[in-house]
Amino acid sequence: MKLTLKIWRQKNSESKGQMVSYEIDNISPDMSFLEMLDVLNARLILEDDDPISFDHDCREGICGSCSLFINGQAHGPDRRITTCQLHMRKFKDGDTIYVEPFRAKAFPVIKDLVIDRSAFDRIQHSGGYISVNTSGNTQDANSIPINKEDADNAFDAATCIGCGACVATCKNSSAMLFVGAKISQYSLLPQGKTEASRRVLNMVNQMDLEGFGNCSNTGACEVECPKGISLDNIARMNRELLKASLKK
Amino acid sequence: MSNNVLVLIFVLQLNIMKNFLLSSIGKKVAMALSAIFLMIFLLQHFLINITSVFSEDIFNMLSHFMGTNFLVQFILQPILIAGVIFHFVMGFVLEIQNRRATKYEYQKTRGGANSTWMSRNMIWSGLVILSFLILHFIDFWIPEMEYKYIDFMPDDPNRYHHELVEKFQDPLKVFFYCFSFILLSLHLLHGFSSSLKSMGTNKAYTSSVKTLGYIYSIGLPAGFCFIAIFHYLTH
Ligand code: SF4
Ligand code: FES
Repeated sequence: MKLTLKIWRQKNSESKGQMVSYEIDNISPDMSFLEMLDVLNARLILEDDDPISFDHDCREGICGSCSLFINGQAHGPDRRITTCQLHMRKFKDGDTIYVEPFRAKAFPVIKDLVIDRSAFDRIQHSGGYISVNTSGNTQDANSIPINKEDADNAFDAATCIGCGACVATCKNSSAMLFVGAKISQYSLLPQGKTEASRRVLNMVNQMDLEGFGNCSNTGACEVECPKGISLDNIARMNRELLKASLKK
Repeated sequence: MSNNVLVLIFVLQLNIMKNFLLSSIGKKVAMALSAIFLMIFLLQHFLINITSVFSEDIFNMLSHFMGTNFLVQFILQPILIAGVIFHFVMGFVLEIQNRRATKYEYQKTRGGANSTWMSRNMIWSGLVILSFLILHFIDFWIPEMEYKYIDFMPDDPNRYHHELVEKFQDPLKVFFYCFSFILLSLHLLHGFSSSLKSMGTNKAYTSSVKTLGYIYSIGLPAGFCFIAIFHYLTH
């Protein structure tokens, strides 16, 4: 395959950045998108040029680091996948492909396609956990009966990998799908209920402090989420926050 | 003593609600509540207007009641105006905040791949509706207020129907009226279900909310257009 790539290049967080065009040839349709970028980088290194920085780790859709806004969509044109799971066969020979970093004020660019998603970590630190008392008398989790539907919903919410595609794709840069998933994952289970009020208040507060936008229910996040996290998690978070605010 | 405790609890509660309302979710809920309130008002407005098509007397009677009842005029009307203003001001505030949160533009976007045009353009449909409302105020509301509270004209329970019919004799007005209602329909196609989602509706109701949303968002504006065109063509 022969392709034209238009890639966002930015030296560092302070510099302005711009789209740069690259022609690339001999790309196998069976390569993953990241492997295609590896091929381009190998060439840039040989040419003594600065290779393109991009995030990646597991390359199997579980770590959430790979990001990228490809041809106007988070993680490219396919559904329910991350960029490392995207294959070149999804494109046609001769295509022009735009590759940009995930954009949001709360996700500043560090270099080229690498962004700082530590805002998500800070939201998690503010309440996305349960304080388990490991005294030795803890009850075996399997012996606590849990309604099947709640267990399924909690498990679905827990599949969020914190990739940030929801924020990147949202016209308001809202992080509510991510935060909704993290809150639901605990609030549905008895282990998470004790701290539910404090959790939702602190996490929503931290989310607002980080400068994410307000959700207007466009639903784009749900469509682009590689794990299919549903908007119901946002509705649940809204209910939880209202409940917690009244209880406080 | 117990009174002081009650006042303290009340102030604390207000403070908590203030924190809630200032949060991103609180603003979203407030926006949704004002939207639901306006949708109920619109339905009531429609139910009265539609009577003008089949019975002059019923329309006059209902309009006269709405126009002279103390509760409607001095309690509900100010609440309605406050609701309209709140919804618009909040809409602009949220739009500005959201634009700040996005700050950087993508070189290439494909919004249509994952969301509807209506959901992405609420501010534009909202602006058309706002300009319509301003005209509507100038056209209907201000003359009505002048008639009743400035000129102190005599109470005439039979004037409403022919006043309404008269307004719809200008084809340009009918056209702009219908155009605004098409935009209102687009606004509602997203707004109806969105407001209920913001209120935290359970997913068990998703499909019924959707169906009800379609019926309301298309049926109601179409009904308003029908009334305007009906009076234009039949008089
Ligand atoms: S909700 Fe989905 S899109 Fe958002 S961070 Fe989690 S996995 Fe990624
Ligand atoms: S590299 Fe881990 S999800 Fe893509």
